Amino acid sequence: MSRQMGDSHRRFLQTMMANGIVDEQGARTLYQYCCETHNTQHAPDKLDDFIDAINSNLQPMFMQIRKGMSEDNGHQFYALVNMTETVVTRMSSDYADNELELFRKTMDLIVVSENGTASSTDVLNSADTLTTKKLKKSETEHLLNRLVHDKWLCENRGEYTLSTRCIIEMEPYIRAMYQEQIKVCHICHNIAFQCQICENSTCGIKIHNPCVARYFKGRAEPRCPACEDFWPHEIPEVRRPQSQSRR
Amino acid sequence: MSQRKRLSNTQSSSQSKRQSGASAAQEENDDTTFTQPSTSQVQRGMQKLTPAQVDQKTAEVVQYFLVKDQKKIPVRRADLVKHVVKEYRTIYPEIMKRASRTFDQVFGLKMIEIDAKNHMYILINKLEPGDGASPIKSPTNPKMGLLFVILSVIFMKGGVVRENLIWNTLKKLRVDPGEKHEEFGDIKKVVADEFVRQRYLEYVRIPHTEPVEHEFRWGQRADVEISKTKILEFMGQLHEQDPQSWSQQYREAHSVSGSTQPGSSSR
Ligand SMILES: [Zn+2]
Ligand SMILES: [Zn+2]
Repeated sequence: MSRQMGDSHRRFLQTMMANGIVDEQGARTLYQYCCETHNTQHAPDKLDDFIDAINSNLQPMFMQIRKGMSEDNGHQFYALVNMTETVVTRMSSDYADNELELFRKTMDLIVVSENGTASSTDVLNSADTLTTKKLKKSETEHLLNRLVHDKWLCENRGEYTLSTRCIIEMEPYIRAMYQEQIKVCHICHNIAFQCQICENSTCGIKIHNPCVARYFKGRAEPRCPACEDFWPHEIPEVRRPQSQSRR
Repeated sequence: MSQRKRLSNTQSSSQSKRQSGASAAQEENDDTTFTQPSTSQVQRGMQKLTPAQVDQKTAEVVQYFLVKDQKKIPVRRADLVKHVVKEYRTIYPEIMKRASRTFDQVFGLKMIEIDAKNHMYILINKLEPGDGASPIKSPTNPKMGLLFVILSVIFMKGGVVRENLIWNTLKKLRVDPGEKHEEFGDIKKVVADEFVRQRYLEYVRIPHTEPVEHEFRWGQRADVEISKTKILEFMGQLHEQDPQSWSQQYREAHSVSGSTQPGSSSR
């Protein structure tokens, strides 16, 4: 049963449509702004309720505002995702077949990698193995830039990772596609790409870097939450959300 | 299902889509094959379908509109029927009614027919811009600034101008139509092709000109989406002049009554 929407919900949705992804802090201030603009009641702790009302109306359109965490800084994000499997979305695709093949190969590299990254060299090499139309080096570089610009990949010193938006939106696809190859975070149970791994070979659980930071914060001696072995990795700092953080 | 299909689906909500539209001229005659079904035909059609089937088709139509709207390309009824509605064409009016209701109630958008002859539809924003600035800056299309200048020139010159006036104005603003612009690329293509396809502008050949010359007018989308009052305010600021001093334009901007007056230019 869909819940009643007001103009405050519609304004929130329009902003989500224009941006694709918004961090939690941004979503909170946006929620407040939308309520104030339309003189409706604003309860700071009711953001998820507010979004649920939108989602109940989006559901018939196979769209949803979904929450997820950035592997980079541990902040929560809200992304508008599209779950359709219709001819419409297929014909309106942004990328050519060979470009999508390269993106899939990049995803393969990232999923099987130890640290959830793929180097530009590896991506360029896999461009030679495309079964559809081959991509030249310059075309591949241009494509990678576009994928970063469209917020599907992130790039840092020639290393590519899946963006937060990509992980939130593609999670069901990635789970179905890679099944036992994917790592799942022991703490938050979401897919993990960039993570720390327990070195006890009979255990080997994975934890997101930001989840590591939160879990071990204030503990004198870090021990694996599953096998109790010493946790040998560097414990990152918990990163506080700022009002406008990177996506 | 193939991976590629899945991928192309999930990619579809991306901001920057490339246009793969076929030429308008080629599609011009397709619409003649579609005749609007009668009320009784729709009723009979609805009886043969489950509510879930009708909902699914409505969702596809909504998605199709949203995808086109990202690029500001009007939806042609002929394309909609051919690519999306297909075998549900007997209940086309019912599906359009439901899609329109969804835009209104869920998205705060209004579906309007801008071209009754060719049956073309666009979405416009029903929400007025908020009083304060939104805390989330939506990405803006820099081409809109260019468009605003062109629409202003046309409006101030009484509604129609020769193309040379536009090209010269742009040149003065250092947007030279003869050169490839860093941000916009081929300026002539953006102005005389993209803005025209989006129906922001009309670009029509002036008869009996040698060499061939064209003139620009406001397109149907501009009429419903761009506020003339805003344009006058902009001109007033630019020339440090009271908007009322352009009395003819001022009267025109304020003559359009209530509901059809566009509230904002900010979509
Ligand atoms: Zn985690
Ligand atoms: Zn362990």
